[in-house]
Amino acid sequence: MIEQKVITKRIGHINPLSIEDFISLDGYAAFKKALSMNRMEVIEQVEKAYLRGRGGAGFPAAVKMIGLAKESGPVKYIIGNADEGEPGNFKDRYLMENDPHQIIEGMLIVAYATRATHGYIYIRGEYDLCISTMKWSIEQATKHGFLGKNIMGSDFSFTIEVRSGAGAYVCGEEFALIESIEGKPGRTRVKPPFPTSRGVFNKPTLINNVETFANIPVIISMGGAAYAKVGTATSTGTKLICLSGNVKNKGVFEIPFGVSIRSVINELGGGAAKGHKLKMVQLGGACGPIIPELMLDMAIDYERFEEFESKTGAGAIIVIDERFNIFEILMKVALFFSHESCGKCVPCREGHIQLIIIIQKFIDRKATSQDLISLESLARVMHQTSLCGLGQTSPTAIISALRYFRDDFIDCIEFHECEENGQL
Amino acid sequence: MLLEDILLKYPPSEEHLIEILLEFQTQKETHYISEEEIAKIASYLHISESRVCSTNSFYSFFSDKPRGKHIIQVCKDIPCYVNDSFNVLETLQKLLGIHVGETTANKKFTLETTSCIGCCDNPPAIRIDGKMYTNLTVDKIKAIIAEYRG
Amino acid sequence: MITFKINNIELTVPDNTTILNAAMLNNIKIPTLCYYPDLKIKSDCRICSVEIVGQKGLVTACSTIPRTGMSIFTNSPRVLNARKTILELILANHDANCTACAKNMNCELQNLANTLSIDKNRFESVWHPMPIDDDNIALVRNPNRCIKCGRCIDVCKNVQGINVLEIMGRGHNMTISPAYGRYLSDEFCTFCGQCASVCPVGAILEKDDTELVWKALHDPEMRVIVQVAPAVRVSLGEVITGKVGEIVTGKLVSALKLLGFHSVFDTDFTADLTIIEEGYELIDRIQNGGVLPMMTSCCPGWISYAEQHFPDILPHISSCKSPQQMFGALAKSYYAEAQNIDPKHVFVVSVMPCTAKKYEAKRPEMKLDGEHPDVDVVLTTRELGKMIKQMGIDFAALPETPFDAPFGITTGAAAIFGATGGVLEAALRTVYEKVNNKPLEHLDFVSVRGLEGIKEATVTVGGATIKVAAVHTLANAKIVAEQVKNGTSPYTFIEVMCCPGGCIGGGGQPYGTTNKTRQERIDSTYRVDATMKIRKSHENPTIIALYENYLGKPLGHKPHHLLHTHYHARKKSEKKSSDHH
Repeated sequence: MIEQKVITKRIGHINPLSIEDFISLDGYAAFKKALSMNRMEVIEQVEKAYLRGRGGAGFPAAVKMIGLAKESGPVKYIIGNADEGEPGNFKDRYLMENDPHQIIEGMLIVAYATRATHGYIYIRGEYDLCISTMKWSIEQATKHGFLGKNIMGSDFSFTIEVRSGAGAYVCGEEFALIESIEGKPGRTRVKPPFPTSRGVFNKPTLINNVETFANIPVIISMGGAAYAKVGTATSTGTKLICLSGNVKNKGVFEIPFGVSIRSVINELGGGAAKGHKLKMVQLGGACGPIIPELMLDMAIDYERFEEFESKTGAGAIIVIDERFNIFEILMKVALFFSHESCGKCVPCREGHIQLIIIIQKFIDRKATSQDLISLESLARVMHQTSLCGLGQTSPTAIISALRYFRDDFIDCIEFHECEENGQL
Repeated sequence: MLLEDILLKYPPSEEHLIEILLEFQTQKETHYISEEEIAKIASYLHISESRVCSTNSFYSFFSDKPRGKHIIQVCKDIPCYVNDSFNVLETLQKLLGIHVGETTANKKFTLETTSCIGCCDNPPAIRIDGKMYTNLTVDKIKAIIAEYRG
Repeated sequence: MITFKINNIELTVPDNTTILNAAMLNNIKIPTLCYYPDLKIKSDCRICSVEIVGQKGLVTACSTIPRTGMSIFTNSPRVLNARKTILELILANHDANCTACAKNMNCELQNLANTLSIDKNRFESVWHPMPIDDDNIALVRNPNRCIKCGRCIDVCKNVQGINVLEIMGRGHNMTISPAYGRYLSDEFCTFCGQCASVCPVGAILEKDDTELVWKALHDPEMRVIVQVAPAVRVSLGEVITGKVGEIVTGKLVSALKLLGFHSVFDTDFTADLTIIEEGYELIDRIQNGGVLPMMTSCCPGWISYAEQHFPDILPHISSCKSPQQMFGALAKSYYAEAQNIDPKHVFVVSVMPCTAKKYEAKRPEMKLDGEHPDVDVVLTTRELGKMIKQMGIDFAALPETPFDAPFGITTGAAAIFGATGGVLEAALRTVYEKVNNKPLEHLDFVSVRGLEGIKEATVTVGGATIKVAAVHTLANAKIVAEQVKNGTSPYTFIEVMCCPGGCIGGGGQPYGTTNKTRQERIDSTYRVDATMKIRKSHENPTIIALYENYLGKPLGHKPHHLLHTHYHARKKSEKKSSDHH
């Protein structure tokens, strides 16, 4: 079986609302171990593990930890990003609903190592159950002495507060999230400075996806070097993959990096839904590339995905079968980003509506070759000049479709030309 | 008064604006914020009314126009879309007799679309008043609405 | 120091210099749009995108600090294509009816389109008409032209601390407006016009009153006279020739004569008058236990702000009208009588660096006969420049003409009203001599000059040492106002100007005002003062004569009726234009 349950090993074996259940299965043991370690040592283990952010960007977690540790206090923040708005992603929901304390433990270890003082878990507003679960778990952890002042008799104090989103995908972006915690509209800030030097309330802040934090206790328990043995050289450890779309078995599956997309879809997903052939797969979420069937042997790995000029995304694999054409899918993607754009920068704010206009022309079979050129050019400009990750990754689907499904575009244009020339 | 009670729970700082708006608009039966209420919040937090309006208008959860008692959010993204064989949105539009963005005459339901709500493992899905309803069929939808109708 | 290359030219600049500033220091111009000197770096428009060799995406020059060894290109094909695309996107959502816009030929968006050689727009127009806010007497807000650069929000929020304008909504449909898209007249707007002064396009403009003036000038029944504010003579040159800080007083008077004004008077005259009345008012309050600290009243933006936000401290504000309004009152009484004209046929135009003065002129208290405003029309420095152009006047070739009597003899004290700290300094020159009964040795109170937000000085008056302050911008006004409200103010006298730099930085001044140009205009203002024969208001012989022959004693019955006013608390602006036309 290609599945490897590391951070999902407790799921199904514990009552998520019971801290006792969690503790009985090694819960908070890694944190206790970390407390006995030198702070630098903890960071070194994460460095050896080469843990990369699981929210999509894949940024090395240890670099952020070193950055935060370097900053002088007295107030420093750790934020668990559970804004999970990427279509096709539900792994953070899965983690929070089923093993909430693991995330708290991860944040505790990172807070200890970096001398952080306060934590937030920012959960998208639609995840009502996760919000109440995390709030309950924080209460439980505090009652049991894992959060609060001088935790377990040490000089380390840390508290966590849950904050709810209010329906804005863009708040998954670091600075937009910070602005939201500060009570403002979720618009990103000019970088630099980066959050580790000036974040929430202008204090040093480290933000990571909750799945990233869930990996921390594992790293401390088994050691960074052992952790790095799983996966590939450039993408260590396991990844939660969310399988959805036209596939038989939908759900969250934990696999080591390096496994191929095809094996996930066939072995874990049971293949395409009954009676239909797989036509295309969108990787990572709406911000990811759309690839054809013949590319499915590609390994799930950060470096491989870099070849698409985009990030892995958060790990979603959306299977789409032959009943759907590329244009309606691209339209869905463009509409999503158009609705979620914060509006701060021109390419994203004004670009999406133009993408929609051109894609509609392809749907209506009224597109010309000039439209194709404009679409490609606009997508690239948005990708290269947008202020934040939303605008930068939104055109990825279009750029990949133009590469791998170009024939569909050409056919459409030729059809229109024939129509214009009265050849039909 | 509902708004005053909620305001007093928070220190008077802009940091708590979203929490205040969330709590208030969820509990208020018409799920929106009026001009007078914007003014009260602005005064309490010592920020301009324009600032409160700006934040209120940024987030999808909030509204400055009255909405129905139950807000139905229909997911419109790809994982639900490719598994939606019967058209959830149209079914609801017919059942409620309203279009997207509208509220029923008896002010019971408002129909909205939403970006992905993370139920892609059990599509198609909708969200009503903070509860997720998944693996929908025409019959299921009819039953859900009947239950809310009481 | 950082050493790197731009377009293969090697540069060395101090640490923390952005690519944009490094380029500017080396005469390389990178196009910008949302960037404005002295305001926050927004990095929104992405026009200043440049290519760093070896990096995949483009970066914005305004916000990026280069590293040693980098090689940057500002005009590679990738960059040029990106800039063109971004500009086309902006234009696709813009009411580009340029010939019907007052900013035509003076618009940053047009300049950019020209620089980038925009030809045909590849993108479909997605602009749809939105209502225009034409509901107040001073400013016109036109969201159809807005390109969402955010400069107006920046000045309204961070410089003035008012935050009437904000971003509403998100994404493509977002707009910049007050709450609920309200009229400015229904909001806490003070009409300071700082938003209009930084807008790159025609989205916020002053109300154009030039047609009213042309009409009056050609009305045979009207005696049309004009008064010119101290700040205008060091600023008008910029509008016409682009030279900052040039003192153009003489040519200014000539131009106004050519436009057709019967008499050209100097607001500096009534500035001197203001100093007499206000100086005596301050002395009276100090000596007879009046309300202290006293705060100046010549800035209508400050008055609006105090009435809306600090009604409790209104008794602290001097009851003196502003020089503009004192002039209007004198024009419709003293001047009309002396000239034997019915005041209804005296048409007073004032040229001001200010947009709030348009509102001030229409305040109900500013009508001696209860019906007609004492000041009929206010033109901004920019509008006067427009009229001079419309008339086809060759400004540079004009001779120098002095102001007309009787309102033409003025002092250096009046001239410095235009700079922040100027009113304070002018008042001190008079108060000091009047109370201490001895001449002031050093006329220059340098500590209250310059662009620092709150400036202080100490003066010994009648044996007591008092502290005084000059503040500018409403954000700083709030600080001193709070102190006054709480009874913790250390000052006896406070000058408040709502615009950065004082009136020379007003909302009606030439476009492109930055701290650099403010300082240059301020320097010219003090140069005017230094070269004047008389430098203290109470030594102005025409002022002395005016009191002897007409007004009586300062603060007396006639001055009280003509030259003083009152204020009242306001809920919101209450400044609908419908009340006033």
